[in-house]
Formats: sequence, C-alpha cells, structure tokens
Amino acid sequence: MEMIRITNLTKKFGSFTALNGVDLTVNGGEVLGFIGPNGSGKTTTIRVLLGILKKTEGDVAVFGKDAWADAVEIHKRIAYVPGDVNLWPNLTGGEVIDLFLSLRGTIDTDKRDQLIEKFHLDPTKKCRTYSKGNRQKVGLIAALASDADLFILDEPTSGLDPLMERLFQEHVNELRAEGKCIFLSSHILSEVEKLCDRVAIIREGEIIESGSLADLRHLTRTHLLVKTKTPLTDLTFFDGVHEVHESENGLSFQVDSEKIDEIIRHISRFGIEKIESAPPKLEDLFMRHYEGKKEVPSGGETDD
Amino acid sequence: MTNQSFSNTGALATFIFRLDRLRMLWWLVGLTFFTLIVPAALANLYSSDQERQAVAETMTNPAMTAMVGPGDLDNYTVAAMTAHQMLLMTAVIAGLMGILLIMRHTRGDEEDGKLELIQALPTGRMAYLHAAVLVQLLLAVVLALVIGFGLAALNIDSVTVAGSLLYGALLGASAFFFAGVAAVFAQLSANTRSATGMSIAVLLGAYLFRAVTDVVNDDLSWLSPFGWVTKAEVYTSNQWHLLLIMIGAALLLFVAAYYLNAIRDLQRGFLPERTGKRTASRLLLHPLGLALRLQRTGLIAWAAGMAVLGVSYGSVLEDMETFFASNEMIQQMLAPEEDLTLAEQFLPTLFVVIAIVAVIPPVMAMNKLRSEERHERLEHLLGRAVSRHQLFGAYLTFALFNGALMMFLATLGLWAAGDASMDEGLSFTTIISSGMVFFPAAFVMIGLAAFLIGFAPKLLTGVWLYILYTFFVLYLGNLLDLHDWYGYITPFGHIPEAPAETITALPLITLSVIAAVLCALGFAGFRRRDID
Ligand SMILES: Nc1ncnc2c1ncn2[C@@H]1O[C@H](COP(=O)(O)OP(=O)(O)OP(=O)(O)O)[C@@H](O)[C@H]1O
Ligand SMILES: [Mg+2]
Repeated sequence: MEMIRITNLTKKFGSFTALNGVDLTVNGGEVLGFIGPNGSGKTTTIRVLLGILKKTEGDVAVFGKDAWADAVEIHKRIAYVPGDVNLWPNLTGGEVIDLFLSLRGTIDTDKRDQLIEKFHLDPTKKCRTYSKGNRQKVGLIAALASDADLFILDEPTSGLDPLMERLFQEHVNELRAEGKCIFLSSHILSEVEKLCDRVAIIREGEIIESGSLADLRHLTRTHLLVKTKTPLTDLTFFDGVHEVHESENGLSFQVDSEKIDEIIRHISRFGIEKIESAPPKLEDLFMRHYEGKKEVPSGGETDD
Repeated sequence: MTNQSFSNTGALATFIFRLDRLRMLWWLVGLTFFTLIVPAALANLYSSDQERQAVAETMTNPAMTAMVGPGDLDNYTVAAMTAHQMLLMTAVIAGLMGILLIMRHTRGDEEDGKLELIQALPTGRMAYLHAAVLVQLLLAVVLALVIGFGLAALNIDSVTVAGSLLYGALLGASAFFFAGVAAVFAQLSANTRSATGMSIAVLLGAYLFRAVTDVVNDDLSWLSPFGWVTKAEVYTSNQWHLLLIMIGAALLLFVAAYYLNAIRDLQRGFLPERTGKRTASRLLLHPLGLALRLQRTGLIAWAAGMAVLGVSYGSVLEDMETFFASNEMIQQMLAPEEDLTLAEQFLPTLFVVIAIVAVIPPVMAMNKLRSEERHERLEHLLGRAVSRHQLFGAYLTFALFNGALMMFLATLGLWAAGDASMDEGLSFTTIISSGMVFFPAAFVMIGLAAFLIGFAPKLLTGVWLYILYTFFVLYLGNLLDLHDWYGYITPFGHIPEAPAETITALPLITLSVIAAVLCALGFAGFRRRDID
C-alpha cells in the first residue's frame, strides 16, 4: 500500500525554487531515509507533506488523501518530530508530551511513562530549562508513545547523545517490526544505513537518486588512510579503488565496499603501520554522483 | 580582570546601534513629531489669553489632573498648555520605548541564545549589557536635544529655550530611567515576556500612582518618577534639580542591573524557576486551553491592571463632584442633563482612555498566534490533528473574551470606587453599559489584527500604529480642534459618548459587522497561506 506519493512537487518561496519537480513514493512497512545537504529541501518537503506549507505545483498524497485539504484527517495517523523542537518555555516537558499525545488521540499513559523513564527525561522541568537534546527527547517521546501508522522524523537524533541515539534506533527497529512506515530525514549516513530499507537523496530541491540500499551500493565506499612499511604500489590498478592521494600521513583512498577484502589483503603484504577507516561522507556521495562530469578536487584526508 | 569585563564594548555598541537604527529612528521621529505639532497647533488655535484661560477652566478638575497631571492653570500660556497636556503622556511613551528597546538586547538576546554566541567571542562579560545601555543613553540624549531644540525653534513667545531644553531632557531621562527599570528586571527574570511585563507594570503603576496622589495628596507624588516629571514645572519655574534626581535614580538602577548581571549565570534569573506538573491538566489538552494557558499570567496581570486603572479613575469622581459643586459656571454649562450627576457627564472622557488601554491586551492575545508561528511552535499543533480553523478560532475566541473582560473589569473598578466614595452613589447599569459600548470598537481592532495575521502577517505592527493614531486623535482631537473626519476613521470615534449621549444601536452594529468581516477574511487568509 502506498503511504506517501509525491508527484512532480514544486515549491517556490517568492522567486526562489526550494523544490523542483520532486517525485517520491513510500510504501507501507517501509523505512525511507531522506538525505541531502543543508538547505537542499528536506524540511520543506516534510512541511509540504504535513500541509504546513502550500505546494506551488504537483500532487502530494498521504494515505491516498490530499496533504493540504485533508491535513487533519491525515494527521490523526501521523507522528511527527520536527528538526528543531521549539517548545513553550513555561510549560513542563510532561505537559507538552500530554498535549501532543492528546491532540492526536488518546494518551497511552503506560507507554508514555515507560518512554520517559527510558529516555531519562525529567518531565517536571519547564521547557525553558531543557537542553537541546532534552527538547528533542520531548518530541521523540510524544511521537514514539503515539499509535501512528506513519512516522515523519526530521533529523530526530540531532542533539542526542550516543546512548539515546541507540535507544532511538532500537525503537525505530521495533516500529519497523510492527510494520509501521517511517520517513526519516537525516545527515547521519550510518544511521540511515542501519535503519532504512530505501534511500532518497535530494540536492538543490531535486531528487538525484533513490532506491533500495542495495541499489545504491555503488554509492557506499569506505575511506581508508594507510601507512605501510614499504611503499604501497599497484593500488590504482585495482577495480573499485578511487581517488588515491598521497600525504605525509600515508596514502588515502576510497574503496567500494565489495572490494574491501581484496584490497586489505593486498595492502597487508606491505606491512601495515597504521590504518584508519571512515564511513563514506554524504558530501562524497554527492561528489561521486557528479564524477565524470567534472573533476572534483579532494583533500584526501579522512575525518575520524 | 575588571577592565576585561568591558572589552569590546565599543564594537558591540556599534553593532546594536546598526541593528536598531531604524527602529530608534521611528521612535524618535514619532515622539518629536507629536511633541512639536501640539504647541504649533495650539498657538494657532488659541491666540488670545482669554481663549486659553477658557481652556484652562475646562482643565481645572480632578479628573483631568488624574489624567494629565497638574499644570500652571492660572497662567495658561501656549507653553504651559503644552507642558500640561503633553509632557506626562509623552514621558510615559518615552518610558515604554526605553523598556522595549533595551529588553531586546538584554534578556531578549539572552533567551534567544544570541548572547551565548557573543560571550564566546573575545568580548567582556559585561560588554553586551554595557553596550546596550550606551546605545540607550545615546538615544536618550539625542531625543532630549532634538525635542529641546525643536521646541525652542518653534519661535513661540512663551516657549522659552530653557523650558524647552528641560522638556526634552525630561523625556530623554524618562526613557533612560525606564530602560534602567527594564535592565533590572531583565536580570531578575529569566523570561523576556515576564521581564517586559513587569517593567511595563512598573511604568503604568508609576503613572496611576501619581494619578491618585496628584488628586488626593500631591506630596506623595514624589514617590513616582512621573511625579518628578510634573513637579519640574516646565516652562513655569523650570526645576532642573528634578531632572538630576531622575538621572541619578536611573544610574542607580543601572548600577543594580550591572551588579545583578555580574553575580548571576548566563540564562538564569533570580526569580525561582519552579518545577511544574508531571502531566497536563485536562484543560490544557485542547488548542483553546493551550491558548488560555500560555497567556494566563498576562491575562491575570492585565486584569488586575485594568481594575486598578478603573479604581484610580473612579476614586477621583468624588473630588470632581465636590469641585463642580463649588463652581457655578460649570454647573450652568453642564446643567441641561437633569438625570445625570455632573461627574457622570464627565465619564466619556475617562472611558475613552480606559477603552484604548483595554484594547491592548486583546490585540496582544490575537497577535500571540503570529508570535507562536514565528517561534515555530504552530508546527507541533498543525502537524497533529488540529485544523487551522481550530487554531485560529481558539486565539480569536480568547482575544474576544479577553477584550470584553478587560473593559468590564476597568468599568467595574470605576463603578465600585466611585460608588463607594460618592454620596449619591453611581448607577451600576449606567456605568457598566457606558463602558461596554466600547466593545465593538475593540472588536474592530481585534478583527484588524486577525485580518493581518491571515493576509499580511509582516504588517501586523500596523494594528499598533492604528491604536496609537486612535489614542492621539481622541486624546488631542478636541484640544487641537481636529476635523471630525480624523475621529471617523477610527472605530472609537463612532462609539456613543454614554452616559452623556444615549446609546444608539446603529454604530455598534455597523462596527461589529465590519469587525466580523475582517475576522472572516483573516480566517480565510490563514487557511490559505504557508506557515512560516
Ligand atoms: N519560509 C522560507 N522562505 C524562503 N526560503 C525558505 C523558506 N524555508 C526554507 N527556505 C529555503 O529553502 C531551501 C530548503 O530549505 P530546507 O529547510 O528544506 O532545507 P533542509 O534540507 O531541511 O536543510 P537542513 O539539512 O539544514 O535542515 C533553503 O535554501 C532555505 O533557505
Ligand atoms: Mg531541515
């Protein structure tokens, strides 16, 4: 079943085109990772999906209904966490969670209390005194405690500590197991890889790539920085090795995930003194997308 | 180390000045314009002594003293007239300017987290506060000089240079003094809204306090900063030492603010931040309940303020009655209305002022919808099963309720105080209905705010300008002999002046219809547009 169907969506702010002919479908039971650089239009897409912004052109349907006209009907089955959770400074976290839950339907107090406990949130504190991560937790708890069919999460883990991040990921996996549909915008690729079945990449208001993670395999490369006892040679002759650069710290390059075993075996013959690896950066994915069209300068450093 | 606390103040002051220059310019132009047109117009209108003394005669009563303060009524020159009718009101507005401008860059920027960014730069701990204060000081000095020399340049005989300079200086000092009050509250409260609210409460409290003491026992007026303004006797005896008292008091306030600032942590205040409820009450779980809850404190504070305003005015009615009893000329002037007491005939003048003040909280309540939008909090509601209808309806309903309540409380206060003090008492129904007839006018203002929120949210400040316009026209219209036309383009100009006039339904119905149409249009616009 189709949960979200966006066809040829264009959104203009005055003369500025924030979204340009976006097409996207999300099916029931699917977890979609929505990634793209800052200002590429992720939040704008989500706001149009929620009927908070009005589309300039195109069709946006959620649960088969029009996202603008039937907003309230649709929202009864949606849980949403905005990227920046701005709360009312003089309400307590507990009050806000209850408010959010009740505006969708009924409050499942057990589930709520469990989540508050798990996320270590003090619900009696005024929102004014919450840290960014705590504000984010309020939004997450309200979303996770609700019995929605579709979860729209805009950078939900920004500001969370690694422990909380993991907790969040566990919950998303639970939701997935229950067959819920999740629309997750994120900058953290590893998170997207862990959680999502499908990925859509947006850049400057256009979807430049979308498909299952396996389809996008060619986009996932690992960064390696290697220092060996004897100089490393022949590397450029291998298939699946890209952007080789030499620096004082050693040799840096990128390897396609399926070739990594072969390459490591090769390198180990030269006596490894140091090896660092880093997951592919979002930026690299985009740069690679344009590979061949233009030469992309690369610093060749890994950032670990 | 102490020196370092202020490092880079200069750069920050330049920065704040650049951010606020237009805003400050508007205030400056507005205050100067209204200060200068009045004596110019008065000189034209009342060219002879006799004419001016006739005006003085109408001013010689406790209600006027409560409203505009004491004046030199025996020698009512153009200058004396200006100082009497304008100085106190303008000082209140200058004080409001000081509060609003300094709050933006003290608690305002701190709450937004901007101050944190700035403190992480190589700037001193006190530098930003100091910079904000210096900009206020500059504004106050410029205001004083522009108004002082502006008045002197009008070339009106009685408007002396010394008096003019004192006039300007008192306005500058009022702005600076209340900026000081606001700077202190900005340290005490960790919340911009409540810090602003408390500062404005002090401002209005100072005004009302002297309204009562000027009538009852004017020695007590020394306790109010506005008492100092009127006691300076501008253009008459020019008491410069009162200016010095005011500046001295302002400096003390700033010292207190700096001290409090130095001993507290960033983003904290001194008023306790209580923990609250673990779960929400049933009331809160609805958009209307939320609108009410978010504005609860403001509602209570304004309600109390309006009641106090009503009581203050009500308590001078008895003095008016006594005064009229001893003044035969006025008795003859006002004689025809048999069934009304003389004081009652004076009521419309008081009600207009009350009604304009009472329109402020409901318009704020309506504008709260926009402020919630700008703080990106509407998203939480609209992203859930709340329709734009419900949301808009909730804020509109609350604003209307608020408007009716404020006017009612002020009127009730006036009736209660008047009835208690006057021998003959006051008729409850007459007084309440005379006050409540203003509601349709408030409805129009709320409607205008609703309309702008729907169609042109960026122009929302327009409502305040319109209210300000209304205030000036109704406050000065008679005195400046403005054409009736000026009164007609504000809803308040169409309200029957009860109880002196009979209440007719037509204008009230017309205004209500206009207001309802504005609300409906706002509704339609809000449904159609993007939420920022
Ligand atoms: N109300 C608005 N008016 C004008 N331009 C806007 C508005 N909202 C967003 N934009 C612009 O639209 C573009 C897309 O913004 P959007 O917030 O969707 O980006 P994003 O992908 O969510 O970025 P980030 O990763 O930083 O959250 C940006 O260039 C932004 O400046
Ligand atoms: Mg975003």
